[in-house]
Amino acid sequence: MKAVEVRELVKDYGNFRAINGISFEVNEGEVFGLIGPNGAGKTTALRVIATLLQITSGSVTVFGYELPKEAGEVRKIISYLPEEAGAYKNLTGKEYLNFIAKFFGDGEKFQNIVQRGLEISNLGERINDKVDTYSKGMTRRLLVGRALMVNPRLAILDEPTSGLDVINAQEVRRIINSSVEAGVAVLLSSHNMLEVELLCHRIALINEGRIVASGTAAELKKEYDAGNIEEVFVKAIK
Amino acid sequence: MIGNIIKKEFKELFVLSTLIPIVVVAIAYGSVGQMIGNVGERMEEKPVIGIVDMDGGDFSDIAMSVLIGRAKVVYDGSDAEEGLEEVRGKNGVALLVIPEDFSQNIYANHPGEIEIYWIMKGAGMMDSISSGALEGLIQSVSQEISKELIQQDSSLDPALVLAPTTRIETTFFKGKEVEGLSPSQLGNMLISQSIVIPVVVMMLIILAGASVISSMGLEKENKTLETLLTLPVRRSHIVIGKMVGSALVGMIMAAIYMIGFSRYMTSFQSSDINLADFGLALGVQDYLLVGISLFVALLAGLSLCIVLGTFAKNYRSAQALIFPITALALISAFIIMFKDFDTIPAILRVLLFAIPFSHPMMAMRALMLDNYPLVIGGIAYAAVFTVIMIAVAVRIFNSDRLLTGSVRKRVAPRKPAWGLRR
Repeated sequence: MKAVEVRELVKDYGNFRAINGISFEVNEGEVFGLIGPNGAGKTTALRVIATLLQITSGSVTVFGYELPKEAGEVRKIISYLPEEAGAYKNLTGKEYLNFIAKFFGDGEKFQNIVQRGLEISNLGERINDKVDTYSKGMTRRLLVGRALMVNPRLAILDEPTSGLDVINAQEVRRIINSSVEAGVAVLLSSHNMLEVELLCHRIALINEGRIVASGTAAELKKEYDAGNIEEVFVKAIK
Repeated sequence: MIGNIIKKEFKELFVLSTLIPIVVVAIAYGSVGQMIGNVGERMEEKPVIGIVDMDGGDFSDIAMSVLIGRAKVVYDGSDAEEGLEEVRGKNGVALLVIPEDFSQNIYANHPGEIEIYWIMKGAGMMDSISSGALEGLIQSVSQEISKELIQQDSSLDPALVLAPTTRIETTFFKGKEVEGLSPSQLGNMLISQSIVIPVVVMMLIILAGASVISSMGLEKENKTLETLLTLPVRRSHIVIGKMVGSALVGMIMAAIYMIGFSRYMTSFQSSDINLADFGLALGVQDYLLVGISLFVALLAGLSLCIVLGTFAKNYRSAQALIFPITALALISAFIIMFKDFDTIPAILRVLLFAIPFSHPMMAMRALMLDNYPLVIGGIAYAAVFTVIMIAVAVRIFNSDRLLTGSVRKRVAPRKPAWGLRR
């Protein structure tokens, strides 16, 4: 079964067309990257799949569940990490993980989810401090932990390493990779070409709301006779 | 340079979303003031009364001349029942009966009794203006009789000369006959229902409403809303959860506020009068109705707040959105403090009924006077209002509006803004 199937998706904001008929699929256990410049439509596409935005036309299914009709079922199996996500500042990191975990299970299941969140975020004793006192990197690690601790079938990650330094970014990429090894499908967006090449099994290049090219990094580089994905993109939009 | 900063600050702060609530509230206050009327003018108006003079002696003549000169007398006859009906029909304030032995008693060193049958229309502060004017007039009657007694150089008891009259008062208030109390005394007894309860409800609505609107603003400002909306929880549960959480916070804050306020208000109350002695006590079912009215009104207020909260872009804009709720709560409380529901103009009555949290402000007073239709109607209205507002809130939560706000119509050519990073 496909993790995600997007067919001719169109999304309008008033008269502005943010997504103009894109189609792609994400397989189980795969990391699929949507890459493109700011305003290309990456976040909008992710928000539609994460059940946050309505579809103007086209269709989206997640593990066979159709949006928006079965949005409730989709929310049970996905986890979404927005680009500029935050956590509740008056809660401690642990309390925040507890809060989220309660939506996904009780008793032992709840304890296991929280334990996984603690391990992924790896904040040590600072997990008992209020989120308000965290650095940007610590908050992002907490949020990545929150997103992956629930063992989603599909993780939707919008710029997962946004604003992080090299060390923290590398740590987040390691966490994502280990989740994929555990069977999680990942749909992520980025405009960091290096990150995309390192993380993604397949890539779709998106520009002005349209997918201009897709495939594995190697396929794309070969097709466009380019040395890297950045070059591929420049050639693809010409 | 400083001009540039002032210009930027002005542009940032003087926006339509902050201006509209102020304009609406200014118009609302202006309209309410206009509808309630001018206090000064009303105080100068002659009180409308009826007089039954059964004495016809020296002192009742003095009383009659004072009253006829300074009040609008709509009945001057000998039948108290007929006089009362006439005064009621003419929207008057009281019927004064001077008994046949009035002058005789004064000459015999006994105070002359004046029977006053008050017709009380409302328990608001402004409802007692007419009765207050008549009380002043009765005081003048007493003074004129004192003057006459001093001029006559009589050998009467000086205490009687200084206070030659006494009153026997009966107040008719919304079908109830309260003996021994004037409208001002009755109004003072009802101060708890007239002032304390409206203030409690007002504070509860403002504090709980502020919590829920701020919570929406904070969700957006702290970027937690998107995560919340992708969790496996019904939108209606998010809405209700926010409402109940805010209600609890509001209740705690209002309780703390009220500890101080109630101690302040007790200093104005007469502690030696028991409402039950005058048939104005509430039963268990009445308190239950007050509780239900308060609970439903709180939900109604919070459901409105959560709809308003969806328009908040951040914590600061949420503060501006609290303003309409504060204004509506203040308007309700002030109208109820100053006027009774039955004594305000019809349009204001409609406005007051339409504000769902005005009902618990009125409930206790209404139940004391057996006005069950107003209380039960208010509960039903607030419940329907809550259901509609929750439905609207859930609809907004299910739409794009919560995340994208209003989208301006534009078709802009797109240019890639590629951030080259390696």
